[in-house]
This record gives sequence, C-alpha cells and structure tokens, in this order.
Amino acid sequence: LSPRSHASMEQCSAIANAMVASAFFATAAALAPEPRIKHFQIYHWDPDTTGDKPRICGPIVLDALINIKNEMDPTLTFRHSCICGTCAMNINGGNTLASLNKLDINTSKPIKSYPLPHMYVKDLVPAMNNFYAQYKSIEPFLNKRDESQEGKEQYHQTVEEYIFCACCSTSCPSYWWNGDQYLGPAVLMQAYCWLIESRDEFTEDRPSKDPFSLPLLPGGSEVLEYIEKVSNTMWQQTE
Amino acid sequence: DLLHKLAHSVFLSRLPNTFPPVASYRFRPVFFCVVYWRLASNISTQYPVVDHEFDAVVVGAGGAGLRAAFGLSEAGFNTACVTKLFPTRSHTVAAQGGINAALGNMEGDDWRWHFYDTVKGSDWLGDQDAIHYMTEQAPHAVVELENFGMPFSRTEDGKIYQRAFGGQSLKFGKGGQAHRCCCVADRTGHSLLHTLYGRSLRYDTSYFVEYFALDLLMEEGECKGVIALCMEDGSIHRFRSKNTVIATGGYGRTYFSCTSAHTSTGDGNAMVTRAGLPCQDLEFVQFHPTGIYGAGCLITEGCRGEGGILINSEGERFMERYAPNAKDLASRDVVSRSITIEIREGRGCGPEKDHAYLQLHHLPPQQLATRLPGISETAMIFAGVDVTKEPIPVLPTVHYNMGGIPTNYKGQVITYTPEEGDKVVPGLFACGEAACASVHGANRLGANSLLDLVVFGRACAHTIADICNPGEKLSPLKPNAGEESVANLDKLRFADGSMRTSEIRLNMQKTMQNHAAVFRTGKVLKEGCDKMDAVYQTLDDIKTFDRGIVWNTDLVETLELQNLMLNAVQTINSAEQRQESRGAHSREDFKDRMDELDYAKPLAGQVRKPIEEHWRKHTMSTVDPKTGKVTLKYRPVIDNSLDAEDCAAIPPAIRSY
Repeated sequence: LSPRSHASMEQCSAIANAMVASAFFATAAALAPEPRIKHFQIYHWDPDTTGDKPRICGPIVLDALINIKNEMDPTLTFRHSCICGTCAMNINGGNTLASLNKLDINTSKPIKSYPLPHMYVKDLVPAMNNFYAQYKSIEPFLNKRDESQEGKEQYHQTVEEYIFCACCSTSCPSYWWNGDQYLGPAVLMQAYCWLIESRDEFTEDRPSKDPFSLPLLPGGSEVLEYIEKVSNTMWQQTE
Repeated sequence: DLLHKLAHSVFLSRLPNTFPPVASYRFRPVFFCVVYWRLASNISTQYPVVDHEFDAVVVGAGGAGLRAAFGLSEAGFNTACVTKLFPTRSHTVAAQGGINAALGNMEGDDWRWHFYDTVKGSDWLGDQDAIHYMTEQAPHAVVELENFGMPFSRTEDGKIYQRAFGGQSLKFGKGGQAHRCCCVADRTGHSLLHTLYGRSLRYDTSYFVEYFALDLLMEEGECKGVIALCMEDGSIHRFRSKNTVIATGGYGRTYFSCTSAHTSTGDGNAMVTRAGLPCQDLEFVQFHPTGIYGAGCLITEGCRGEGGILINSEGERFMERYAPNAKDLASRDVVSRSITIEIREGRGCGPEKDHAYLQLHHLPPQQLATRLPGISETAMIFAGVDVTKEPIPVLPTVHYNMGGIPTNYKGQVITYTPEEGDKVVPGLFACGEAACASVHGANRLGANSLLDLVVFGRACAHTIADICNPGEKLSPLKPNAGEESVANLDKLRFADGSMRTSEIRLNMQKTMQNHAAVFRTGKVLKEGCDKMDAVYQTLDDIKTFDRGIVWNTDLVETLELQNLMLNAVQTINSAEQRQESRGAHSREDFKDRMDELDYAKPLAGQVRKPIEEHWRKHTMSTVDPKTGKVTLKYRPVIDNSLDAEDCAAIPPAIRSY
C-alpha cells in the first residue's frame, strides 16, 4: 500500500475540480457568485518512494498552494514563510516567488508549477546549498583595516532588496551546467554591491579572490558591468 | 564497538527487533537508537540519532539568534546555530520601521528620555533594569550595526537618518516628538538580517539549517542541550551543550489574522512549557494598528512617522480626539483601540464599514519613493492601491508578542517563587521576541523590537562568556534523553485520527481571533477558554497524511500546531484572569489599570495594596501538556534601574498621549 496511493490521477482531477479561488483577492477583484475553478498542475515527487515517477496532479499562487495543502493533499511540500524569498519556484515557465505571483483569473488555463530548475529536493523544494556556499565565498561583510573606529560615511544604496531567492541564477543555463564554477548572476550582483561599498577598506583584495574568475559566458570579463547596467535599468524602470 | 554493545544491551530488553546503530558522524559515534517496527509500511521507521557537542547552542537564526551566535563565536566558543529556516528567511526580515537609538542626529537627544518613553510605553509592566540596559546600549548597538555594513538611510551630511516613531518623545514627554528611529528606507529588518547574516559568515559558527528543534534536554532542572529533527533526511540530532540560547521568535499564527510569517509558531515558548518552566505575560498580544485589511500584511508605523494620517469614513483625522499630543504617533495599543472604537461606532470605511483608511497621498511623491518604497509596493500588490492617489484600507492586526520566556536583564532564563524570588535556570538563555526580559511590558513601542534583538542577543553572548570558558567539559547526559520527543514525533507521523492539522489549526485561530482580540470581556474570554480547551483535546484525534521522513512538511506543521496550542491556551487563560486594562490588554468590564496605588489621585495618605490585590505584576503560566490545563502564578515587576544615580527609575503615572 503506497503511502501516496490516495493521490491517484483520478482523485487529483476530482480534487482539482473542487478548488475555489482564495478569498484573499476579495479586495482586488470581486468574487463571482459561483465558485471559479482553476486547475493546478504541480510537480509532485517523493524521494522516499523508490521508483516513484513524477506525477502531475491535477490568487497569490502561494495562497492556492496553501489551500491545496490544507484541504486536499497535506503531503504537498514547499517552502514558505514571509516576505523573505524562500517560496521561489517556476510558475508557468518563469522563475518567480509564489507569494507575489498573482493567480491568473482566466480559468481556462491551468497553472503549471515546478521547482526551480536543476535544484530540486522534493516536490517544490529546491536544494540551495551550493547557492549559499557561493554567496559565502564572496565575503559579504564589511572589512575595515582598523575596526576600533566608529565611521559614519555615506553609503550608496543599491540592491538592499536582495532576497536570495535564486530565481535569476536558476534561469541561467550557464548556472545549470556549471553551477560548481560559475557564481551565477545573483552572487555576482552581490559581489558588485560589496565592490562599490565605500566603507569597505579591502576593495582591491576582493576581485583577486578565486571566485571572481571569469564566468562561462561569451564576453566574460564584461559581465559585472553588464549586470550593473541591467540592474540600474530595471530599478529606473520600477521607479 | 563498546558503545554499540551498550546500545544493544540497554534496548534489547525494552523493544523487539532492535537494529544496530547507524554509522558514526564526524563529531561523535552514535550510541543510541530508538526503533519502532510497524507492519504494512515500506518506509523506514528507524530513527538514527546523531550526537553533537558544542560550547553553546543557539536555537533560531533571526536577528537575536544570529547576533547571539556570532557573538559567541567571536568570544571563542564552539557554537551551533540550529534553525528551522535559512537565516535570512526568519521573520526579522519582514520588519519595516526601524531601530530606536538616542544618537541625536536630528535633534539633541538623551538615552534617558528613550528610557522614560519605553517605561511609559510598557504601562509600567516593564522591568526597569532591563529597559535601562537596552536604552543605554542602543546607540552603541546601532553604530555597531552600521560598522557591520548595514546601509542606513542618510541625512544630507551623511549621518544616519532618524525618523519620528510612535511613543517617542524628548525631555521625558515634555519636549515634543523625538526623531530617534534609525532606518533603512522601510526595509530595516531586511537590511539588518542580511547584514547580520553576512557578518556571521566571518566566523566559524556551525549552522544547522532546516533542523526543527523538538525539545530541550533538561536534567535536574538544568538545560543540557536540544534535540532536533533534520528536515532534509529525517535524522534526529541531539546538541549537547552547557549553554542553550532560545531565539525562536513569536507566535502570531495562533490568530486567524496576523502580520506574522507562517513559521511564527512559538516553538521556543512551547519547548520551555514542556520542560515544566513558566512563560511570562503571554496575554499581552500587540495589535498593530495598520495591517492591510483582508491580507493582514504590515504597513509600517513609519508611514505615520513620515506624515501619514488615519482617516475614518467622515474624512476626519480621528486620532486628534484620542491622543491630542501625539495624534497618529501615539502608542500602538492606543491607536489600535481608537480604530476599533471608530469602526464600532459606525464610522468605519468601505462597504462593510469595517476598517479605517491610512492616507499618504498628501505627502510629496518623492518622499514616498525614497522613504517608503516597500509599502508602496505592498499596498499595490495586496490592496491594489496606488499610495500617491488613494488611501490604504487598514485594520488592527496581531503583530507581536510582548510576553515570552522570562529572563533577567542578562538574558538568563528565570523561574520565580515568593520565598526565593528570581532564580536562574542553569544553562538556559533566551533573547528576542521569544524572551520577556521584560523590556516591552504590556505594550511595545515601535522600533524597540529590532533594538531588543541585537542588544539582548549580544547580552546572552556576553553573559555566557562571563560565566564559562570555551572547551569546558560537559556533564553527563542520560543515554535515552530526548526519547519522549522522538516518541511524540513518531506518533504524529503515523497519526490516523479524523481531523486534519489544517482543520484543528483553523479552529484554534478562529477561537483566538473571536475571543481574545483588541477588546476583551470576561464572558467572551471564558467562552474562549472553554472552546480552546475543547480544541486542545482534538489534538488527540489528529490525522496526518505524509508518512515519509524526508522533508515531511505535514509532520513539521503538526509539530508547529502542538507548539501553537500551548501558546494559545496560556494566552487566553492569562487574559481571562487579568481583571484590569493595561497596555495592549484591554478589558471592557475592567477599564482601568489596577496598580498598588491609585496614581490618578494624590499619593499622600494612600495605602499600598499587597501584590494579591493589584495587577501590576507579571503573569507566570505553566501548562500540563497532557491535559492542556493552565496554572497561573504572579511575579513582581522590577521597579529599579541598574544605577539610580545614572538613571532614575520612573515611578508609575497615568499614561496618556
């Protein structure tokens, strides 16, 4: 008796058919009087069950996921907490945060939900260890020559919104194939942040460390500049 | 080999089908193995137990936990940090407003004025020695953070920008609004946590990420470590240590609508309760005045600090009536009550007339973009509102727990008896929202929590460094220590009752929301206590679905539900017993504060009431986990500061803004 037998295909479709959009969007869009059924296709794989094949079972997206876990299938596994970046997953082909991704209210299209590419552990949970180790390797802390001082210098505020969600790195094919050598856009962006930090006094030492070796992209040495430009353009657009 | 044989002989007589212990881990060989053999399941039910030894263990890696962990590593202690979340996912990241410190960048300031504001804000339930310690250390703590690299917002001349915040005044309340909240736009918590995390990577703290702490390992009243479940592979780990620091945060998820993360489940409070130790002042739950209506997401007090105002359905700035001096920047409990009264009297906004509006569109868009970018985005995503044009619909929402694990000002966990007074529990410390020092008393001022985290996180590290040395030998631990925790885990993993975890959780949340909200009455509270007791009993009938042991979030959420329940029963029972209104605990049937003297009248000639006859005292609650029965005792408030000459204590007075 497989522990997952209750989640058979037929049951999944039946369950999916019973799903109702979350009341979370009451303020954003008035709910129609009849329940509006939205089908979810979620990547579901249990490493405990040997030979288990990935099964596709049939508002903000995170609310829908929590609803499904509470009422239909409590074995669905995903990370979620608060506005912290932990719920990163692939929704309808794009890496994004489940807690910020609005449910598309067009009920004829299903939502396809997968874990971040190339990094999964179980269901929608990615393995983040390599990613965190790469972040540690760029020494993301302030270094002063004389640390008994109390400084109050002006700081250029960039990327303080950074949340370790790894969406960008896991969208990058170079990172998929060479994640052990290439730091990926996320960590490079943070490295840039520490390079321009005016209070840090070991700026010259930072690029000479091994992690700053050229990433595997054409035109590799300009990637830092490229990322800065992309980053600046995006912030200008959101403002 | 000897240890393997020992394990066999110890357990062979107790359980059938004993399995040999698993391979050794890098710190110690395994010598203990609990086995339950169940038929009809092809999933391994063996629980390999791995033992670790450290000089100090910190449970929780939010602001307080990280600060304690790397403070200890810096002092040379071999430290483990056990956390169920990756550090930057802790709820500290969501804090928006700022961190208070009397730096004096915007106008002349003195930490003693901050001390006065905090004592008054706590409605004289805060322990003044701990408040003295925190407010005096505040400027140093903030400059330290800045030196760690925290990117504070700046004034024109490059100093840390400080904004106005609720309940902060100059000259002991007589000099007008103080600007002492240091901030990073409206993402201070995010920035603080990331700065602390980055800094912590400099040290060799051992992080055990996504390890769910199950229970404390207590022997003869001393804490000898923690037992935890590794979520990634289902193994059990015992972290043996002379010093255990609990920094597990609050328990907002006992309520249906809260600003807290899904992971704010009061695990530390529950661990302490199961160890037979008391929790303090759990009835004091802060309702933040401005959570987004419907979503519950937080809109920071900083909005009002930058000039935002609260409006009722008549377009009136109603706070002028309730708090003529401080207006919208009165203390949070005052503002929450005001909004609730406005709604109750029919002046609520929206089609159901059930919320208030927070208006920001009278402020220059440039100011909104630089100082409040985060909430501009939050308001758009969760309420569909453009803050430069429309007001945000807001409602008081559960936000913070003033109560928690009782400690002294050094971070040591204490118990209390009238005969012996405060007594330290050896080996156990607590800091952050999980602790109750008590700096916040009956009500917390905004921007004092981030300060609380770093000051007391560091205090725990300093205290441990004062009382012991790195590398000290550990006292022996019973070989089967932690057995009950694993038995509980196994029971929940295979639970086959009739009620889902989510169902029982919802029942608990709805009960708390309906019976222990902003305004409380005796009859409604009593009903709530009875309902909560019934919900507690349904835990025996729980059903879980995921029988696996790898990343079993069904099991983890069920363990969290057990923890939430212990917090909820203490909260509602303490609230029902406390027959007065103080700070965030507001009783409609007992509207006044009941102190040892009536401070509304001249004190001359009054007789001081004994502690049994007044309510200016801490509640100390314990629970029998098997039955859910709550027992309440009381402890006096500490009214003297650390140094009367340096900083005079503030005698109680009537609290108005």
